[in-house]
Amino acid sequence: MDISFILIQLLNGLQYGLLLFLVASGLTLVFGIMGIINLAHGSFYMVGAYLAFSLSAMTGSLLLAVLLGVVLSVVLGIVLERLLFRHLYQRDHLYQVLLTYGLILVFEELRSIIWGDDVHGVAIPALLNFSLPLTDTLSYPVYRLAISGVCLALALGMYVLIQKTRLGMMIRAGASNREMVQSLGINIKLIYTLVFALGVALAAFAGMIAAPVSSVFPNMGAQVLIICFVVVVIGGIGSVRGALLAAILIGMADTFGKVLVPEFAGMTIYVLMALVLLWRPEGLFKRA
Amino acid sequence: MGDPILRTEGLTKRFGGLTAVDRVSLELYVGQVHAVIGPNGAGKSTLTNLLSGDLPPTSGSVWYRGRDLAGLKSDEISRLGVGRSYQKTNIFLPFTVFENCRLAAQSRTPHAWRIFRRAEGFADINRLAEEAMEAAGLAARRDRVAATLSHGEQRQLEIAMCLATRPRVLLLDEPLAGMGPHESLRIVELIGRLAADHAIMLIEHDMEAVFSVAGHLTVMVNGEVLESGEPEAVRASPAVQMAYLGGEELLDV
Amino acid sequence: MQQSTRALTLTLAAAALLLLAFPFAESKFYTQLLSKIMIMAIFAMSLDLLVGYTGLISLGHAAFFGLAGYAVALMTPQYEAPDLWTSLPAAVGLCAAFALVTGFLVLRTSGVYFIMVTLAFAQMLFFLFHDTKLGGGSDGIYIYIKPEIRLGETSLLNLDDARHFYYFVWIMMIAVYGFLRTVLRSTFGHALLGIKTNEHRMRALGFATFRYKLAAYVLSGALAGLAGYLAALQFGFVNPEILSWHQSGAVLMMVILGGMGTLFGPVIGAFAFVLLQEMFSNQAVLGAFAKHWQLLMGAAVILVALYLPGGLAGLLARPGRKKAIEADDG
Repeated sequence: MDISFILIQLLNGLQYGLLLFLVASGLTLVFGIMGIINLAHGSFYMVGAYLAFSLSAMTGSLLLAVLLGVVLSVVLGIVLERLLFRHLYQRDHLYQVLLTYGLILVFEELRSIIWGDDVHGVAIPALLNFSLPLTDTLSYPVYRLAISGVCLALALGMYVLIQKTRLGMMIRAGASNREMVQSLGINIKLIYTLVFALGVALAAFAGMIAAPVSSVFPNMGAQVLIICFVVVVIGGIGSVRGALLAAILIGMADTFGKVLVPEFAGMTIYVLMALVLLWRPEGLFKRA
Repeated sequence: MGDPILRTEGLTKRFGGLTAVDRVSLELYVGQVHAVIGPNGAGKSTLTNLLSGDLPPTSGSVWYRGRDLAGLKSDEISRLGVGRSYQKTNIFLPFTVFENCRLAAQSRTPHAWRIFRRAEGFADINRLAEEAMEAAGLAARRDRVAATLSHGEQRQLEIAMCLATRPRVLLLDEPLAGMGPHESLRIVELIGRLAADHAIMLIEHDMEAVFSVAGHLTVMVNGEVLESGEPEAVRASPAVQMAYLGGEELLDV
Repeated sequence: MQQSTRALTLTLAAAALLLLAFPFAESKFYTQLLSKIMIMAIFAMSLDLLVGYTGLISLGHAAFFGLAGYAVALMTPQYEAPDLWTSLPAAVGLCAAFALVTGFLVLRTSGVYFIMVTLAFAQMLFFLFHDTKLGGGSDGIYIYIKPEIRLGETSLLNLDDARHFYYFVWIMMIAVYGFLRTVLRSTFGHALLGIKTNEHRMRALGFATFRYKLAAYVLSGALAGLAGYLAALQFGFVNPEILSWHQSGAVLMMVILGGMGTLFGPVIGAFAFVLLQEMFSNQAVLGAFAKHWQLLMGAAVILVALYLPGGLAGLLARPGRKKAIEADDG
C-alpha cells in the first residue's frame, strides 16, 4: 500500500463520511429538537436518489434535477410533518418507531410501483466528469471531490445557521425549553415544520448527489439509515458537531475496513460503535 | 449520644459555575431528627441527593457507619440502610398502595430472584409492607391504586415505601409539602415516633412542624451552612434571624 | 379474581383448545400457516417481556431469532436431522449468551439510544452471516430433514409430519405463555414492572436495576431463540433475512398490534399480523396489486400507531378495569 493509494482511500472515506453527515444531521436535529426518532429518514435519502434519476433524465441536467428535487423534498417534508409527525411529538418513542417503520414500508412499495425494482445509474455531469491524476497510474474522480466540497459547504452553512442566526437561536431554544420559546411568542409549530423539512431536504439532497456514484437501488434508504443511527449514537444524540465527527469516523472505518478486512467490512462500524458504547454510553458529544 | 450514624465532611456540589452545596459538614444520630431549613435554592434538595447517591459530590465525603460512601450508587446506598423520600411525589402510580409497599420491601430480601413463586407469597415481604402501611397510616387504603389517592395520601405512601425498605437513616425531603393541617399533624407525629429508632434528616418549610420534632437544626443559605445547633440556640442566632427567619415571625412560634 | 379477568381466562383457554383440534381439519396449508403464527406468537411474547414489561424498546430482536436458526443449521450435518435434545438447548443457550454479552453494552444506554443500538447490533449479526461464508452467505443453509422426538425406542413426535410439528409448536407456545405468566407474577416480574414504570425510584429503593434488566434481556433473547429454532425447522432453511431488521420491525408490530404489557396481546398480535400479511399478499383477494402488499401493511402499521395505541387487547379490556399488577398479567 503506497501513499497515493492511502490518499485515495482517505478521500473516499471523507466523501462517504460527509455524505453520511448530511443524512445523520437531519436525523439528529429532528431528534434533538422535536424528540422524534424517525426510522423513515433513510427513505428520504432514497427518494432523493430516485428523484435525481428521474429528473435528470427529464431535464438532461443533474444540476437542474437537484434544484427541482430539493424543492420537492421540502414540500414532502412539510406535508409529512403536518399530516403525520405532528401527531407524534407527545407520544412515546414506541409509537414513533412504529409509525415511521410503517412509513418505510409505504415508501419502499411506492418506489417499487413508480420506479420498479431495478438498479439504475445516473450520469455524472459532463462538467465534472474527469479525473485528477495523482501518479502515473492512479487518478481521482473530480465528482467525488465536488461531493466532499458541497457537503463541507453545507456543514459550514448549518453551523452558521444554528449558531449565528435568529432562526438558529430559536431552534436551540426550542431544543432546551419549549414553554419558554412559546411564551416569547415564537411560533414553535412553524420552527418544527421548518426543521423537519430541512432534515428531509438534507437527506434527499445527499441521495441526489450520491446517485451518480452509488447508483440508485431498492433498500438504499434502509442501508443508509442504520449507518446513520450508528453515527448518531457515536456522535451523541442532538449534537450536529458530534454527527460530523462521527460521520467522518464511520466513513473512514468503513472505507478502510473494506480494504483491510474485506470479509468483515460490514461489521467494522458496529464494532466501532460497541467500543464507543463501552467508553462513553452517551456518545462523544452529549449535546450541541 | 454516641457516634453519628451518618456524617458529611466538606460536602460540595457544583453545577457549572453554580455551587449548589458548599462545604457542608453535618451529623445524623439515631434517635434524633435533624432538620435542615433554608430558603428555596439554598441547596437542601441537592444535599439530599448527595446523601442518597442520586448525585455524586464534586468534593467532600459522606460517611455512613464509618464507611466512606464515595463511588456508591443510589441503590447500593439504599441497601446499606439510607432511605429517602422525594420532594416531588415519586411513587408507582398504576400500582396499589400495598403493591407499592411490597415492591419497596422486596428490595431487601433475597427472594427477588425466585422467579417461579408468586410475589404475594412471601410472608416476610408482606409483613414489612403491611407494617410500613400501618406506620404511615395507610392501612385503610391498602388496595387503592396509588394514582387515585389524595395528594396527602400520596405523600404518606412516599414515606411508607421508604419505611418498607427498613432504613436506619431517613432522608425526608419536604414530606409536608402541599398537605393540609390535619394530614401534616399525622405525618409530624409519625416522624416523632420514627425518630426513636431512626436517624432522620428532615427538610421542611413548615416551621411549626420543624420546631416540634427537631432535636438539631441546620440553616442553609446559598449552599452553605449558616448556623447549626440546638433549635432554640439557632432560633436565637441573630445571623439566622437576619438572613432567613425574618425577625418577629420566629419569636412567635 | 375479577369477572372480566375470569371471562378472559376462559376465552383464552377455549381458543387454545380450539387450536389443538385444528389440524383435524385436514388442511396442510392452514396447519402450516398456524404453526408459523404460533412460532411468531412465541417470538412476540419474548419481545413483550422487554417492551411491555420492562420498558425496553428493542428494534433488534430478530438477532436472537436468526442466531438460533443459524445455530441449528450449522450444528446439523447436511442430509441429517438435527438432534433435538442437543440442538435446542444449544441454540437457546447460544442466544442467552449472545444476549448476555450484547446486553452489557446495550443496557448501558436507554431510551432512544437503546432503540438504535439494539438495531445496530442486530445489523452487525446480519452482516456477519451475509458477508462471510460462515452461514452460506446470502444464500443461507438448508435443513433438509426435521428431527424426530424419541424416548428410548418409541417415537413420540416426528416433526417432518406437519401435524406433529403443529402440536410440538402448540406445546411450546403454551409452555412459554405459562412460563412468562409465572415469571411475571414473581417478585422478579414485579421488579421489572417497577423498572418500566419508574426506574429511578426503583434504584432509590435499593434495586440494582441493571441486573434485573440484564436478566430480562437474557431471558427474552433465549425465548426469541426458541422461536427462531422452531422457525428454522419449519421453513427448512435459514438465510440472513431471518435476522434482518424487517423481522425486528414486524415482531415489534405484532406486540403493539396485539397489545403490549399483556401476554395474550402479542399472541393475538401475531395472529392478526400474519393473517393481515396473508390477506394483503393474496392474489385471489387483491389481484396483481398483491405484489405490493407492503404498501397496505405499511398503511395498517401507521393507522395502528395513530389510532390503536393499546392494541387489540386494549379493545378487549374493559374500561375502568383495575390497572394494577395483579390484573395485568393475563
